[in-house]
Amino acid sequence: MKKDIILTGVGGQGILTIATIIGDAAAANGLSLKQAEVHGMSQRGGDVQSNLRLSTEEIHSDLIKQGAADLIISMEPMEALRYVPYLNKGGCVVTSSHPFKNIQNYPNEEELMHEINNVPNVEVLPIDDIAKNNSMPKSANIVLLGMAAKYIEILTPEQLRQSIARVFASKGTAVVEMNQKAFDIGLQSVK
Amino acid sequence: MIERKLLLGDEAIALGAIHAGISGVYAYPGTPSTEITEYIQAHATDVRSRWCTNEKTAMEAALGMSYAGKRALVCMKHVGMNVAADAFVNSAITGVNGGLVVLAADDPSMHSSQNEQDSRFYGKFAMIPILEPSSQQEAYDMMQYAYDLSENMKLPVLMRIVTRLAHSRADVEVRNAIAQNTLNPDNERTHWVLLPGNARRQYAGLVAKQPDLSASSENSIYNKTIAVNEGKARIGVISCGIAYNYVMENAPMDLGVSVLKISQYPIPSNSIKSFATKCDSILVAEDGQPFVEEQVKSLLGAEYNLKGRLTGDLPRMGELTPDCVGTVLGVTIEQTFENPQNVMPRPPALCQGCGHRDVYDALNKVAADYSDARIFGDIGCYTLGALPPFRAIDSCVDMGASITMAKGAANAGVHPAIAVIGDSTFTHSGMTGLLDAVNDKSNITVVISDNLTTAMTGGQDSAGTNKFEAICLGLGVEPEHVRVVVPLPKNMEEITRIIREEIEYQGVSVIIPRRECIQTLNRKLRQQKVQKQ
Repeated sequence: MKKDIILTGVGGQGILTIATIIGDAAAANGLSLKQAEVHGMSQRGGDVQSNLRLSTEEIHSDLIKQGAADLIISMEPMEALRYVPYLNKGGCVVTSSHPFKNIQNYPNEEELMHEINNVPNVEVLPIDDIAKNNSMPKSANIVLLGMAAKYIEILTPEQLRQSIARVFASKGTAVVEMNQKAFDIGLQSVK
Repeated sequence: MIERKLLLGDEAIALGAIHAGISGVYAYPGTPSTEITEYIQAHATDVRSRWCTNEKTAMEAALGMSYAGKRALVCMKHVGMNVAADAFVNSAITGVNGGLVVLAADDPSMHSSQNEQDSRFYGKFAMIPILEPSSQQEAYDMMQYAYDLSENMKLPVLMRIVTRLAHSRADVEVRNAIAQNTLNPDNERTHWVLLPGNARRQYAGLVAKQPDLSASSENSIYNKTIAVNEGKARIGVISCGIAYNYVMENAPMDLGVSVLKISQYPIPSNSIKSFATKCDSILVAEDGQPFVEEQVKSLLGAEYNLKGRLTGDLPRMGELTPDCVGTVLGVTIEQTFENPQNVMPRPPALCQGCGHRDVYDALNKVAADYSDARIFGDIGCYTLGALPPFRAIDSCVDMGASITMAKGAANAGVHPAIAVIGDSTFTHSGMTGLLDAVNDKSNITVVISDNLTTAMTGGQDSAGTNKFEAICLGLGVEPEHVRVVVPLPKNMEEITRIIREEIEYQGVSVIIPRRECIQTLNRKLRQQKVQKQ
C-alpha cells in the first residue's frame, strides 16, 4: 500500500507542521516515507509545497510523478488548484476555501472555486472561520489535517492524533490539547 | 546499537559527520546547506560549530583543524564554492592530516540561487574524490566512508548534494559514534608550505594518486550495476546521485533498461565501458550540468548512441524529475486533469513589518528626485526589493557586489551610485570592497540594512552584530558620514533627509538602518511566552 500526498499553501500557513505530524506518525508506525520540503526564499510569502510519500514498500523518488498523487491537502484554494495535474484519476483534494490574497492578480474567486469543485473528489471548508470560532486561530492547519485524516487511509486518525501529542509535546499540555481538539473538529466536519 | 530516525538529507549528513568523529564544522549559511550546521549546533556540544564569516574563512579553518590531526567538515551552498575556491583547490595540493570533507549543496532549478553551477567540476578541477549520495541513508553512511577515504588518500573529499536531497526527509538507520581523533599536528612542513619548490612536489604527488582514486571508484560499494537478465539492454542508464531514484521510480527492469549507479568519482571508466557493451544505447541521467555526459562521450566515442542533456533527450537545465526521466525511458505521463486556468504565480515577498520595506520606501522616495540614480543590490531577503511593489534595485550578482559595483559605476560617472547590502553579507564580502572605495575616495552611498541576523536562511547569527560603526570607521569612512537610523514609517522624514545629505556628500558615506528582523523578533517573543508558562 502507498499514499502520495501533496501538501501546499502559502509560506507561513503551517504546511510544514502538517508534514511533520504525518511524517512522525508514519515513522512511529513502521511505514517508509520520503518528504520533500521547500525551505529558503520561497518561504517568504510565496507558494510552498511538500511532496509526502508513504508506503509499506521501499520508496525511490522524493518527488511524486504527474498524475500519481492520491491526495492534495491545501491551506489555500488557488494553491490546491495549482497541483491538480499531479492528482491521479481517483485522487482527492482537501482544501481551505479561504483565499490568501498577497498578489495583485489573484484570480476571480467564483471561477476559481468553480474549477476546484469540478474535481470529482473534493472537500472544501472554511477552516480559518472554524478555527477562529473555536478560539484557536493558530491551529487552522491542524483543523485541515483533521479534515484530511480519513483520506490518508494508510494511517488511522488515532495514529495522527498520537503524533500531534509528540510533535507539540515541547510546547506544553495546553498546546497539545488545543491542537488535538482542532484535529477532532476537522475530523468531525467531514462526513 | 542500531536506531531509526526521520531525518532531512542535511540532518543525515550532520549526524553522519558527528558519528564519524568530527571535531569541528565550519560554514556560512546558504540554502540548501544551512540545516547541516544547525543540526550539529543543536546535537553535538563537543563539536566546534560557530558560524563563520564566509566560506573561505570556513574552508581555511577546517584545513587548519585537519592539519592538527582532527576531522573537520566544511558546508556551503554551491556558489559558496566560488568564495572558498582558493583554499579549496590548494587544500588538494597540501593534502590533509585529519580527515576533511567539503560539503557543497547544489541548487538545480535555482530554487534559492542565482545560478545552477555544478560543484562536481570543482572536485575534478582540484583532482580529489567526489561522493554524491542518492538517498538520505546513503548520505548518512557516506560520511564515515568519506572521512576514511580522506585519511587513506590524504586528500580532502568533496561531497555533492542537491536541494531535493538536502530538503527531503526519510527514515535513516543510524549507528553509534566513533571517538574524535586526538591532537596530532603534522610535522612535515614541506607538505604545507606551498613555495613553488614544495608545491611542484606536492602536485606531482597529487597527480600520482589519480590511479588510486580511479581504482577506489571502480571498486566503490556506492557504484553498482543493476542489469537486465538476458541479452543486451535496450537502454543503459548511467544515473548519478539522486537521479538514480528517478530511474528506479520508473521500474527500469520492466522496460528492458539496465542501470549503472554512480555515487563516487572520478567516473569509473572501466565499469562504464563494460556496461556500454551490454547496452544498445546509453542515457546519462544527472542532476546539474552534463558533467558525466561529456566524459562518457569522450570515453565511448562519437559513434556510440549516447543520450542526455546535451542531446536534448533530457532538459538542458533545471532539476530532473521522475517524469522527465520516465519519458526518455518510454513511460508516458498520465494526463489526469487539464492544466488549471485560475492559477497565478505567487512569488515570495518581504514580510509585513520588515525593516527592509522602510529602507526601500525611503530609497524610492529619494531616488524619485534623482533621475540618474542607480541602486546596486546584494544577496539576502532584501533582494526581494527588486520585485513589486518596490522595484527598487538595479542589480544583484554575488555576495558583496553591491558596494564594488557601485564603486565601479561611480568611477565611470554614475551619480548617485547607491549600494544596498545586508549586515551579514557586508561582513561576508562587503568590507574589503568598502576599503577599496575609501582608498579611492569613490563617490558612493552605502546602505547597510542591519536586521541583526542572517535572515534569508532562517535567522542565524550575523558575524558583525554590534560592530558595524566600528568596522566602517576602522576602514576609514569619516565619522560624520557614518549615519545610523531606525527604519520605521514614523522616521521616514529623517531617513530620507539623511539619504539626501549623504548622496550630496562627495565621497564614501555609510547609512545603517538598524531594526531587528521581524521573524527572529517574533520567534524570541514566542520563546519568552513559552518560558513564562
